[in-house]
Amino acid sequence: MRDIAVVGFAQTPCVRETDGTTNGVEMLVPIFHEVLGSLGLTKSDIGFWCSGSSDYLAGRAFSFVSAVDAIGAFPPIMESHVEMDAAWALYEAWVKLLCGEVDTALVYGFGKSSAGQLRRVMAMQLDPYVVTPLWPDSVGLAGIQARMGIEAGLWDAEAMASVAARSRAAAVSNPLAQLSGSVEVADLLATPYVADPLRRHDCAPITDGAATIVLAAGDRARELCERPAWITGFEHRTDSPSFGARDLLTSPSTVAAGKAAGAEGVEVAELHAPFSHQEILLRQALGLGDDVVVNPSGGVLAGNPMFAAGLARIGEAARRVHDGSASKVLGHATSGPLLQQNLVCVMEGRE
Amino acid sequence: MTKPLSAPLDVGFDYTRSLGPTLGRFLTDLRRRKVTGIRGSDGRVHVPPLEYDPVTAERLTEFVDVASTGVVRGWSWIPEPLEGQPLDRPFAWALIQLDGADTSLLHAVDAGSPDRMSTGARVRVRWRADRVGAITDIECFELSDEPADEPVPADEVTMVTTPVHLHYTHSASPTEDPFLRGLMEGRLIAQRCPACSKVYFPPRPACPTDGVPTTEQIELSDRGTVTTFCVVNVPFLGQRIPPPYVSAYVLLDGADIPFLHLLLGVAPEDVRMGMRVEAVWKPREEWGPTMQNIDHFRPSGEPDAPFDSYSQHL
Ligand SMILES: [Zn+2]
Repeated sequence: MRDIAVVGFAQTPCVRETDGTTNGVEMLVPIFHEVLGSLGLTKSDIGFWCSGSSDYLAGRAFSFVSAVDAIGAFPPIMESHVEMDAAWALYEAWVKLLCGEVDTALVYGFGKSSAGQLRRVMAMQLDPYVVTPLWPDSVGLAGIQARMGIEAGLWDAEAMASVAARSRAAAVSNPLAQLSGSVEVADLLATPYVADPLRRHDCAPITDGAATIVLAAGDRARELCERPAWITGFEHRTDSPSFGARDLLTSPSTVAAGKAAGAEGVEVAELHAPFSHQEILLRQALGLGDDVVVNPSGGVLAGNPMFAAGLARIGEAARRVHDGSASKVLGHATSGPLLQQNLVCVMEGRE
Repeated sequence: MTKPLSAPLDVGFDYTRSLGPTLGRFLTDLRRRKVTGIRGSDGRVHVPPLEYDPVTAERLTEFVDVASTGVVRGWSWIPEPLEGQPLDRPFAWALIQLDGADTSLLHAVDAGSPDRMSTGARVRVRWRADRVGAITDIECFELSDEPADEPVPADEVTMVTTPVHLHYTHSASPTEDPFLRGLMEGRLIAQRCPACSKVYFPPRPACPTDGVPTTEQIELSDRGTVTTFCVVNVPFLGQRIPPPYVSAYVLLDGADIPFLHLLLGVAPEDVRMGMRVEAVWKPREEWGPTMQNIDHFRPSGEPDAPFDSYSQHL
């Protein structure tokens, strides 16, 4: 098998609302420029392009086709798209590189959640016969899971608020974060419920943003990057969409993906947990001990660009290898209701 | 810089789906005020019924009657319900395990206050009066120890229609904004790519060839050339003009991308590639930020443009 590494990563600031269109072009042009520029590449050096986004979020048809304008797709490029978080587009690109078809790939995800009502848009991913017609909102559903965990003794409101406080404190060192700063757990617990038992700090904010990663194979990766983040395990698994039949207090798909990808021994993990209790759940599912640094970027509680946030977790984890501060890291992404689908990407630096 | 123009857009569609034997049975029974589950490979009774076992992927066929009463297994409280949700007053989302089922169904509980909700609480179905064969035939659940209303006869359903309405605010891009503001004044504003010098009308957020934002504004005249066209012979919903009529790609003088518009004032059989045309504007008081300010194009009477002048723009 070919060795493949994350060699570049860029993301936009996470902001509550941008002026741009929902096809992402205004957000993508600067980060393509940044990531290609930092590697000394131009668009013609990229063998394969792959994106993740959603027309329901964009409120228009074929928004991902309009987004291709940001690339400058002439002469024609090799390109693909997933209607999922771009972490799954990264997986597709990784497979393409493994097959030896190309040596480089650029993956991107974008979402302008501010254009619509995110809590309602997310009902579009549910079972269209017996669930979507009720318009369950993403926060209300997560609240059920949070309460089940509280009543089972797996976490409590204070542990959840501690996750939020730690995320915002970590995000102080992340200039692209939307929410950061020093907050007291007691102050957070004094705030009202959004969907009892969830308070605002337990829920990822509504964010506009985009992210991009460049992958390269073998010698090409070594040429482009002093310390490539070599992908040593990349797996995704899924649980039943029938969440009333699932044990919501664990995540079998995360457990399976983590085992298969070789999660043990990581020093840093960036977890895609849109709700505070889900970080606790994912930590347990991946077997991450107290010695593992979780979400040093602040995670998605500090900024959650839909369809880009999972990809950004992998980029943030890879950055710790690039800068030499870690030698084995993990990026996680989730998709679907209540952690239905989970992806784990383990990366290592080599001397 | 001023904020780009923006406008609300409401997107709506009635999704109509066939149900098949499993969901058809479930929703038909709801119409009859009955709840039906299905037995999984491991013996568990799934409600709502699944077509295939979630673990073994075996086709499931053994329907099992369950009660319209059950117990709350988990819940959250919605103080401000959103459009389309089962209740328009504060309610609980709950996973409800019906008596006789092993899995939980998501629905709303009309509990009045979170203080009255608890995990383990007994609930029963509140049936809707006008049932159509949909999950919303269960209006909601209510806190009660009593049985729900008795089943009644009703016809089988094979289809379900789910209306979806979503609301967005769309912003114009920084390049579309001057284009739209120009149209309000009867001006046609294009953008030139700084890399390849191509002139885009309507402008795009970035040159699709070079991937760089276009920055230079150019005002174009309202005359151009028909690059290609079609004769519309088929009537369709919302058609403004009785067929046959001509839809033409018009390349404005100085632009590099043609756009589609209506061509009137000429018999369809007389329209030609290369025909010179001019815009016919609507009365000024009807102008808005839209290309519909141009009602249509008509022949300008100039000699046809040579093929070479538009051959690269087809
Ligand atoms: Zn250009």
